[in-house]
Parts: sequence; structure tokens; C-alpha cells
Amino acid sequence: MYEAVIGLEVHVQLSTASKIFSGSSTAFGAEPNTQASLIDLGMPGVLPVPNAKAFEMAIKFGLAIDAKIEQESTFDRKNYFYPDLPKGYQISQFEKPIVGPGRVTITLDDGNTKTINVTRAHLEEDAGKSIHDVFDGMTGIDLNRAGTPLLEIVSEPELHSAREAVAYLKVIHSIVRYLDISDGNMAEGSMRCDCNVSVRPEGSELLGTRTEIKNVNSFRFVEKAIDTEIRRQIEILEDGGRVVQETRLYDPDKDETRPMRSKEEANDYRYFPDPDLLPVFIDDSFIETCRIKLPELPDARKARYIAEYGITDYDASVLVADRDLADYFAEVANMSGEGKLAANWVMGSVLAELNQANLAIAEFPVSSRQLSDLLGRIKDDTLNSKTAKTVFEALITGDGEVDTIIEEQGLVQMTDTGAIEAVVDEVISENSHEVANYRAASSDKRSKMLGFFVGQVMKKSQGKANPQAVNQILASKLT
Amino acid sequence: MSDITDLSFSELKKALQEKSLSSTEITLAFLERIESLNPKLNTFITVTRDEAMRSAKNADTAISRGTATAYTGLPIAHKDLFCTDGVLTTCGSKILSNFVAPYDAHVVSRCKAAGLVSLGKLNMDEFAMGSSNENSYFGPVRNPWDTDRVPGGSSGGSAAAVAAKLTPLATGTDTGGSIRQPAAFTGTSGIKPTYGRVSRFGMIAYASSLDQGGLIAHTAEDLAHGLGLIAGHDSRDSTSAERSVPDYTEVLNGSLKGKVIGLPKQFFDDRLNNSMRDAMDMVLEVFKSLGASVVEISLDHVAEAIPAYYVIAPAEASSNLSRFDGVRFGYRADKPTNLLDLYERSRGEGFGSEVKRRILIGTYALSEGYYDAYYKKAQQIRRLIRDDFNHALASCDLIFGPTTPSTAFVIGEKISDPVSMYLEDIYTVATNMAGLPGGSFQAPMISGLPTGYQLTGPAFGESIILNAAHQIQMATDWHRLNPENF
Repeated sequence: MYEAVIGLEVHVQLSTASKIFSGSSTAFGAEPNTQASLIDLGMPGVLPVPNAKAFEMAIKFGLAIDAKIEQESTFDRKNYFYPDLPKGYQISQFEKPIVGPGRVTITLDDGNTKTINVTRAHLEEDAGKSIHDVFDGMTGIDLNRAGTPLLEIVSEPELHSAREAVAYLKVIHSIVRYLDISDGNMAEGSMRCDCNVSVRPEGSELLGTRTEIKNVNSFRFVEKAIDTEIRRQIEILEDGGRVVQETRLYDPDKDETRPMRSKEEANDYRYFPDPDLLPVFIDDSFIETCRIKLPELPDARKARYIAEYGITDYDASVLVADRDLADYFAEVANMSGEGKLAANWVMGSVLAELNQANLAIAEFPVSSRQLSDLLGRIKDDTLNSKTAKTVFEALITGDGEVDTIIEEQGLVQMTDTGAIEAVVDEVISENSHEVANYRAASSDKRSKMLGFFVGQVMKKSQGKANPQAVNQILASKLT
Repeated sequence: MSDITDLSFSELKKALQEKSLSSTEITLAFLERIESLNPKLNTFITVTRDEAMRSAKNADTAISRGTATAYTGLPIAHKDLFCTDGVLTTCGSKILSNFVAPYDAHVVSRCKAAGLVSLGKLNMDEFAMGSSNENSYFGPVRNPWDTDRVPGGSSGGSAAAVAAKLTPLATGTDTGGSIRQPAAFTGTSGIKPTYGRVSRFGMIAYASSLDQGGLIAHTAEDLAHGLGLIAGHDSRDSTSAERSVPDYTEVLNGSLKGKVIGLPKQFFDDRLNNSMRDAMDMVLEVFKSLGASVVEISLDHVAEAIPAYYVIAPAEASSNLSRFDGVRFGYRADKPTNLLDLYERSRGEGFGSEVKRRILIGTYALSEGYYDAYYKKAQQIRRLIRDDFNHALASCDLIFGPTTPSTAFVIGEKISDPVSMYLEDIYTVATNMAGLPGGSFQAPMISGLPTGYQLTGPAFGESIILNAAHQIQMATDWHRLNPENF
């Protein structure tokens, strides 16, 4: 048996309005090279000037993971040639990062929690993009992204499965979203992940040779890439081979990892302190200013939701993972006064709909007030679970407000016993064969058979009959 | 009255103020002199005649309307590593031989804002690497005192142009002596300010932690005027000092009585040749006659300055020059077959041999496994040198020494011996390593060739240097001597 050892390097694009060393905008999706100033282009003679906002964001992240904020941090140059790296070096923090050791807590599949240590987090500039598929036989360079601030968050190699790695990545994602220091959009590259993976015989203290899978850009691909790489390494070891230390890329189409060209990894980056930038000194009062600006973080919110809304630990974990979803839930719960019911609906129907339509909660057509109205109509017995679902679907398609939909579609629950009895009588008379079978059956079999009659009554009442009343009346009339 | 071009920057300033000359007359006089003499000296890479005449005309209008500054209409020329908007900026290199800068360097924009008229761009050693101006893609600059000799470098074009009176004031840059050494070789005055005093924004970088923009002119007074224009904080350069700029001209006439001049014993050992020693002694006699006293000091680690410099500067250069890759601007190799070919041939064909040598040295010094032995060690030496200077300056006002070991050498004499060329900077490099201000000023001639003495002051002590040099110039004629044929 083998144990996997995984460490992640997560690159988070910080949502500063301008770049880390120039005044250009960082907005995504502009025409190529329209957001590249002389500084981003690496023109002769230009110099970098640090953007204080990036430091504030990095410090907030450090505080959120209970990390040491370094009083002095420095910038270094990482030298290598590539067309989308205009200066021939990337400005990064090598010797003295702004954020020192910290930790985050992840929840495992079995519900247990585990602390993962974060080694460091440092600021650096992003490179531009090489575009290989637009110009025939040539490569285009778009430097709009060049100089966008990145926070690189490096974990200790304390993750032992792809699922743990994804859980860790989700916690990091959740924290940066709560702090509002990044849009965390993995599809647009705002958050990218390098995965360092090795395997070793279970119980061994020694680390195996690791490989680094570069630039994985979704939670799903992180999980698949790591699983694939673990399998590959185990196969090599089982066959008596040796894992080669190298940089690999994950190909989601083929679900395999493969080595990057050796030239790209044989780099000696020749790090040295950037002489254009002075050391940055952060004083305690600045750290306190950042601390005061910290919002409520996921763990604190989770504890609060459990206490305030009486929901389960698991439900609270799911709800707080996404700040916007958590806010939506809280609004519904507060307006309706129904915490548990709100949790059931948000985690059930709402999440299902979001997943199916691939929407973010901010884009969801049903407002928190509408969902709260719906819960109110369930609570006062106007709706049963079936009619409530009908109203919910009508809200999604934008058919109006809850009460209008109920009225227009005649969905008020049938609670009048006389009316329900009439429907029950009809069903009994129309299904004499089943009634005879029922009456002949033993009592333990009867309860199973009752469902058929309930279904018929609900169908006849177009789902409007109160299910409990139907059950009662049927049971007494069939005996 | 003497020719217009015989006048110093300060004298021209006076003439403009008195309206005895117009900016158009002045500008035309210098442009005509450049046109007739530049072919013999090769000091200018680009002459911006039309633009200069246009600015001169605007200057005269401003002067007549009373909207001029104290400097409006005065001529200047820029070393060709200061970016000039819309004007060729080559850095003396083939790799930038087609580069028209899209913006003005801070120094250039300050000069423009003051109303100075730029005559053009001055020749230099490629990427400011050199002590003879022989490393220019545009050919060597010749020393007006003897056209078979070098003018020094890397600001050789700036120094020779001032010496030949093709411009009364020129910008230069000094990384290890590149203003002071050519000033000494051409009988001009040059100042390298404190690191951080003049913004490096728009100055094409050689070694960022050592590069500093400065000036070359005929006199300390001229430098005082010019420095006031280009010094000061610039938010676009993170290493630029947030410190107010004094009026450097105000203190020029202060007495030297009681001033203490420190003589580093390491500069006056038996390696200093006799004629240079005699020249330095004559300068010191004037200092003493003006009331200054002379004390011996020690700069214990100054001998290590050259080896440490030739690790740090090439290391930074190897990184700074990575952007010249043929992708976005500058020279690109013809018909590259792939990316690597584009890089290798653009850089291989675009850089000269001294630049390549320093890129290789720097790359080596930063390589994994060698970093601690070279770069880190060199930075430790640098700290020791800085401590030496600060310690010495606690007991004296200025540190005095020869600027160079000898007078200007013959073109070609040292070009195949890089180490002897590097030793040209033996007296100047330590000042850059310490980040301190330094100036070189005219000392007595030796065998018909100029020499220079060097003054190093405390951080931001430019006014102390200029004051001392001005007082010497008031008492002597060394700065008034002109090359015979120019």
C-alpha cells in the first residue's frame, strides 16, 4: 500500500484595480495589449512602483490564516526568457515573503477536520499570455495580464489524497472570496494551482521523488490530475522503476499528465534582490488597520449559523463555503424565521438548480425574499411539498410572485376534510380490485400498499390535497 | 566679445537674462559648431537640429513675454541612454539602433520643463559599459585634446562635447566612474550625485543599484545650476530620495576656512605615479591656501571595490539587459527559424563584445551554487566599503583623490585588455559602491593632457563638493584651458 504526499502552490490573482507595479487596469477580457503600459511592456528605462493595495490584500490573507506577517519583505528577480515575460525576469518574493507560516482547517469526507500548515504566501507579478492558435504559424503575445498582482500560497506537503487537496483548495478559495481579495474565478485563471505529488510506501518516513503538475485550473481537474499522477507513480514503483523529478502538465481530454519540454524546466532562475525596489517595512499599526477591515470568516460564520439557525454542522459547512450563498441563506432564514427549512431548501432545490444551470448564486433568478415567501406558504399549510416545488419552478421561470402563482395556478392546498373524503371515495370506487387486495393483506403489508391509494388521491387532487389528511382518511376508509 | 560657444552655461544664462543674446543665436551657434566639428570627434549620435531651433524660438517668445524660467533657452545635450520622446535613443548599441523612445526620461522632462533646448543625443560606451567610449556601436569618440586618444567613458560623448564646446552642459550617468573619469580625461567638471538624488526613470539601466544620472560642464557653477534642475524626488522611481533639493548655487561662495580634506592613504601609495602625485599636490596647496586643512584617512576595503563592482554590476546588468530580446522593440535578427534562434541571433548580433562579456560574468555570478561565493560576498564587501566611507567622513568634510591613475590613453591601447581597462575606475568605483556623491574637477595638465581631482562627500552633500570645487576654480585657471584645435 502506498501513501500520497501532496503540497499545493496556489496562485491567486488579487483584485486590485491597477497592476502591482504599474498604473494599468487589471480588468479581464479587454482587447489584447490595450492594458499594457510602458512598464508592463518592459520598455527600456522604466521602473516598477509597488501598489500598496496588493500589500493590504496579502496581509488580510495572512491574518485570515493566522499567519505571521513579516515586518520586512523584499522583492527578488526570477530570471528566465519567454516572450510573454517582457523584462526577461519576473518580480517575485523569494528570500523574504510578506506572509510567513500560517494554517487552515479542512473538513474531510468523513466529517473530521484536519489542520494544514501553510508555509508562506508571497506577492509577485503575473506574466502575459502567449496565444498559439490565432495566427497561422506564429505566436501572438497579449500583455494585458502582465503585471497583475498574484499571491502565491504555498502549503506544507501535508495532504494525502486528491480529495484532501481539493478540500484545501476550496478552503483557500472560500477565504479569498470572503476577504474579497480575488474573484477566485478558476476558469478565467484568477486562481491556478501547481500540485507537488509524490508517493511512498505506507508507514515510510522518507518522502518519495516528487513531480510538479503546473497550472491546473479547476477543482475537478485538480482532483483528477492528482489521482492520475498518484496512479502513474504507483505503477512506476510497482514495476520496479523510479519516479523522475520533473514538471508535468495535466491534459484533461486524455486524463493524463505528461512532462513539459525539458528546456522549460532546466532553468536556473538566478534569483537576486531586485535593485529597483526597496525592502518593504510593514508596521504593527498597518497590520491592525488591516485586521479591523477583516470580514467575518467562514469558520466564524459556520459557528454562528449553527447557533443562530439551529442547523447541523454539515449543513453549516456547505452553506458557508461560498460567501454569497451563505448571505443568501441568511437572508431567507432571517425573513422567514425558518432556519432549518431555509437550509433544506437552499442546499436542496437551490443548489441543484445552480449546479444544473451552472449559475452563481448572484445570478439566481429567485430572490431571497421570494424564497422566504415560499417558505411562509409552506409553513401556513397553503402549500405542500409538491405544490411548493411547482411554485419554486414558476419563480425560476419568472412567472411572478409567490401568491400570484398560487392563485393563478390554483395551488392552494386542499385541507377541507369533506372535499378530500369525496376524492378518496372516488378512488376507492374506481379501484375495487386493489381495495380487495388491500383488505385481504396482513397489516404489515398494508402500510406499503397504502402508498398506491395516496398517489391516486394526490393525482386526482392535482397535488393539492394535504398528504397527512389523505393518509388518515384513506386508512380509516379502507379498514 | 568671444564666440558664443566659448561661453559657459552660467555665462550664457547671464547673456540671455541681459538679452545680449537670444536663444536662437545661441542654439544656432552650437548647432553650427556641432556640424563642423562633430565629424572629427563623433560625440553626437543624433543631432536634433529642427527640434532645437523650434524650442529656441519658443524660448525667445517666452523670454519676450516674461513667461520664461531662469533657464529657458539654454542649450543642453543628453547622453544617449536617457529616453527622449520621439527621438532615437540607442544606448550606444546596435540592439537599440532603431529604437525611438515613446517617452521622456525624468531628467529629460525636467530639462524640457525648465525650457532648456536639447541639441541632441551623445555617444557613449554601449549600455554604459566601458571607460574609453570605444565600446560604441556608433564608433569611438575622440578626445579634443588629442584626437588619437580616448575621452574616457562611458559618458565620453558628453565629456568630449563639453570640452570641444559643442554644448555647454551635458547629462551623463555614472555607475563606476562614467561621469568623473571622462571629465578628468577631457578637462571638464563632472558631478555624480548621491544615489537616489536624481530619478533613474527613463535612464536605460546598466546596474540599477549603482547607476546615477549627473552632469558634465565647464565649471562647478554650471553644475550647480544644472543639478538644481534635474535633482529631486520622482514617484516613478522607488529608489528616488524624498528629500528637498537645496539651491546649489547659493552655497558656492562659502569660505573653505576650517574645512577638512581627507586623503585616503590607499589612494596615495606608491602605485600613484609621480606626475599625477605632483598634480594632486598642487590642488591640495590651493585648498590649504584657502584655509582648508588636510588629514590622512583610511578606506580599508577600497582595494576590494573593483572586484566587488565587477560582480555586482554585471550581475544586475545580466538581468537588466534580458528585456532586449528582439520581441517588442529594438534589433531583431532576420528570419528567425524559432524562438531560441530569435533570442540567440538578436542578442548575439545586437550586443557588442564588452556587453556580452559582462552578461556572461553576471549570469555566472548569479548561478546556483556560485551566488554565495560571488554576489553575496560582493554585497558584503560593499557594506564594508560604505562603512569605511561613513567612518572617514565623520572626521573630514570631503575625501580627496585623483580621479584616474593617469591621463587619457591612446585609442586601441587597452581595448584588448579588459582588466587594465577596469582598473581605470580604481579611484571612482568605491564612491558608487557607497552610494555617495562625487565630482571630478580640472587639475593641472600633465604633458599637455588634462587631469582631474575627485571629491567625495557625505550623502546628499553635493553642495559641499560644488562649493569646494568652485572655490578652487575661483583661485585657479585649470578649468579655463582649452584644447588647441577646438
